[in-house]
Order: sequence, then C-alpha cells, then structure tokens
Amino acid sequence: MSTLLKCEDVSLGYEGSVVTKGLNFTVESGDYLFILGENGSGKSTLIKALLGLKPQLSGEINFVGEVKKNEIGYLPQQTMVQRDFPASVKEIVQSGCVNRCGIRPFYNKEEKKLAKDMMERLEITHLANRCYRELSGGQQQRVLLARALCAARKMILLDEPVTGLDPKASNEMYELIDGLNKKDNITVIMVSHDMNAAVKYAEHILHIGGKQKFFGTKEDYLNSKIGKAFLSVMGGEDDD
Amino acid sequence: MTEKIDKLMEYLQFPAVRYAIIVGLLISLCSSLLGVTLVMKRFSFIGDGLSHVAFGAMAIATVLNVTDNMLIIMPVTVVSAVLLLRTGQNTRIKGDAAVAMISVGALALGYLLMNLAPKNGRTSANLSADVCSTLFGSTSILTLSQKDVITCVVMSAIVVAVFFFFYTKIFAVTFDESFAKATGIRSDLYNLLIAVVIAVIIVFAMNFVGSLLISALIIFPALSAMRVFKSFRSVIVCSVIISLFCASMGLLLAILEGTPVGSTIVAADIAVFFIFSIISMVARRGEK
Ligand SMILES: Nc1ncnc2c1ncn2[C@@H]1O[C@H](COP(=O)(O)OP(=O)(O)O)[C@@H](O)[C@H]1O
Ligand SMILES: [Mg+2]
Repeated sequence: MSTLLKCEDVSLGYEGSVVTKGLNFTVESGDYLFILGENGSGKSTLIKALLGLKPQLSGEINFVGEVKKNEIGYLPQQTMVQRDFPASVKEIVQSGCVNRCGIRPFYNKEEKKLAKDMMERLEITHLANRCYRELSGGQQQRVLLARALCAARKMILLDEPVTGLDPKASNEMYELIDGLNKKDNITVIMVSHDMNAAVKYAEHILHIGGKQKFFGTKEDYLNSKIGKAFLSVMGGEDDD
Repeated sequence: MTEKIDKLMEYLQFPAVRYAIIVGLLISLCSSLLGVTLVMKRFSFIGDGLSHVAFGAMAIATVLNVTDNMLIIMPVTVVSAVLLLRTGQNTRIKGDAAVAMISVGALALGYLLMNLAPKNGRTSANLSADVCSTLFGSTSILTLSQKDVITCVVMSAIVVAVFFFFYTKIFAVTFDESFAKATGIRSDLYNLLIAVVIAVIIVFAMNFVGSLLISALIIFPALSAMRVFKSFRSVIVCSVIISLFCASMGLLLAILEGTPVGSTIVAADIAVFFIFSIISMVARRGEK
C-alpha cells in the first residue's frame, strides 16, 4: 500500500471562525476511511477541503500518490441542484463520465456503457428517461451515487450517502461501496453517522470535533475511550 | 391573403430583406442555445447587465466617431462579461446590487454621452431616434450590408461550434458546479467561456433587436421549453425551434406590417411562453 493523501496540521473554518483544527491523517491506496463526528463538527467541510472546493485555513492537504483529480468520484451531502432543473436521470449519470472525456466533446461507447452499468447496479434503469426533479429523495440519492461511481476510478468521497434511503437500500448501498473497495480497489472516504456500518466496513476511522479526536485503525478506535463513548451514544453494538 | 403573399414575394426580391431574415434567424439560433444555462446558473443578470454595458460602449463609439463601432463595443462588452461574472458570484459584496449598479450606470452614462456628442448636424429628434433604435432595435433592419451578413454567419458558426464542442461540459457545470469542480472539470474556465459567448451574442444581437430586448431573446425560448420538456437536450432542441419559429413570425409581421422587428419577435416569444404554460398546466392536470 502506498500513501495517497496526506493531511498535516490542517484547520478548517469559515471567514476566520475555526470549525475544526489539528487534523493529521493519511489515506493509503485501497483504504476505507470512515469520518465520524457530530452534526456541525466539520465533516462536510473537510470533504470539500480534500476535494479542493474550499481552501483550508492553515496546514497542508496533499495528494502524494498517483491519483489525479479526474479520477475521483464525489457524492455531496446536499446538492445545490435547483428544483426545476430540466435533466433526465441518464444525462446526470452520464455527466459523471465527463472527467474521462478530456478534450473529446461527446461520450464514447465505453462511457455510455459504464453509465448504463451503474444505473443497473443501483436499480434505476427504469428511471433513465425520467426527469430528476420528479423523483423521490431516495431515488435522487441513487442517481447521484451512480454519477459518483462513474467518476470514481481510483477514489471516491461520500458525504452521508445513505441519507433518505430505507434500511434495506442502505445496506445494499454499503455492500456496493464495500465491493468497489475490495474488488475494484477504489479508495473510499465516507462520512456517516452509522456506527454499525463503521464497525462492519471501516479500515480506518477519523473522529473529529472541535479538533481531531481520533485517527487510527478501527480496532484501536473500538478499544479507545472516545470510541467506546461514541459507540454507546450512537447505539452501536448490542453487547454495549 | 394572396395579396400578402404577393407582397412578401415582392419584398424578398430585395437583397436587404433577405439579409435581414438570414441575420435574424442566425441571431435567434445563437441566443437560444445558452438560454437554459443562463436561467439555471442565475446568469440572467449578466445578460441584462451586458446589454446595458453594450449600450454604453456604443455611445462611446459614437462620441469617438470611430468608423467600426465593433472595435470598441466588442472588447468592452467581453471584458465586462468577465468582470460581471466575478462580481455576480461574490456573495460577500452583494454581487447582484453591484451588477445592477454597473448596468444602470452604463445606461445613464451612455445616454449622457450621446447627448454631449458633437452634433454633426443632428437634431434632437435625430438623437432620440438614435437612442431609441439602440435600445429597442431599429424600426427598419433593412440597412444591413453584405459584410454585416458575412460577419454574422461567421460568428454564428463559431458560437454553434463552441456549444457543440463543450456541450457535455456545459451540462456538467450548469447542473452541479461543485461536483464538476471536485471531479476535475475546470468550471471557472467554462463559466468564463459561457460569459464570453453571451457577450458576443449580445453585441451582435444589439443592432438587431436593441439592447433592452436581447435578454428576452435569450431567456424566453428556454423558459417556454422548460415548462414542457424534461431533459436538458430536449429543452435545448425545443428552445432552438421556438426561437427560430418566433423569429420567423416576428420578421414576417415586421416586414409586412412595418412593426419594429425586435419587439414583434419578443411579442411572439411571449405568446409562445403563454401557450407552453397552458400546455404544462393541462399536462399536469392530466397526470393527476
Ligand atoms: N458556507 C458556510 N458558511 C459559513 N459557515 C458554514 C458554512 N457551511 C458550514 N458552516 C459551518 O461550519 C460548521 C461545520 O459544518 P459542516 O462541515 O457542514 O458539518 P457536518 O458536515 O459535520 O455536519 C457548522 O457549524 C456550520 O454552521
Ligand atoms: Mg455534513
């Protein structure tokens, strides 16, 4: 395993007010990192900083490995898509391939097939020609995930991906992401409140609050004081 | 009826009339392509602001008495497009207010300059006719030269080519800019491209429909199409068809009845908008 991403003493915030600071962690190639923390602790802000959408206040975020920007997939927590945007599901999923095109103006056969496969995987093929704005929240979430999967060649960042999904769909979603990680060797960085999922799937865990509270392997986290406390609050395992 | 057709046929003998039709259709085609993007990205303000800036630039060109107005108007408008894009996106300094200031300012100063310009034997009636035609388009567009037509054809070819070449990127950046940016699309560059193309269209359309009516030409077909169609591509195809249809109708009426071209076309666009609104209402009722 080689290091892909390195964060050194990063602090994040908005217009002078610090949200979280002292972030030090690395992500290895093929890693599965869960980011935990309470609402407002800066998880989404961190994801945006990693993607270069928002500059950090201080510290360094570096992609040291061979991951290029156009090999990354992203599922935002909230999309700024306006309610009345005219776009079909197929158009949106395909737009995940846009970073593969380079200078080529239109999608080629493989990219169209990829988009089709992803729609099948997420069981939204029957919605392909429907208008995005007319779908339910859960359906929209699947569309955006399919788009993210099209874009992800080496790495994927997911910000609360199971929001709006029922328990069965959530489980399927986690299995799907796990498959990507294990079979396709795609590095996963995931924000979620779901402790059960973290316990089951994560390799590393980053827990943030006003500052970095924990970073390490899942096993170490479960044995740590903060891990045990968070687990009991979030109602994790049964034997607690 | 046949009388009208005869009249039309007679008019079509004149090259000036044919030029006007070619230019009108080309400008309508170009301006409808980016309508959806402009509406969805909340860039309408740029369209509006730019048309006022173009008016101001035109006034400067008049005052300086340059032979080719375009040499001043085009660069000034393109640079303003870039600046407006910057300010409009800056939420910190109330971008929309800044844009309103720039555009109204350009309008006022433009009018002032035109009044101060050396009169060259112009009367005040001449002046207000001048101002009126820059704002609302000439009452007669039959003054186009062959050179104007060629410039317009070249410009349209470029705009259409740029649109097709960057279609997938324009969709990505319009639909979800932060996703596009996160996955390695240079969205700033594409925003810039969109703004510059809009500026070019506005400058060319100004002589045709006048600076106050350009935004209508860009936005109405898109708004109409969005009422009924549900995918990006179908909305764009429909906008183009609506725009060409309305331009043809407007031009015919303007030629036959002598109404001002710009406002006649916009009137047709408004009529289509209402028809499409009704269609979408009926369709929604039907679904329930
Ligand atoms: N655009 C913004 N401008 C100012 N403050 C923001 C903005 N977005 C988020 N914040 C603040 O930053 C903090 C962290 O937000 P966020 O990263 O969304 O938290 P999380 O995803 O962990 O729930 C919150 O206190 C929030 O109020
Ligand atoms: Mg969040």
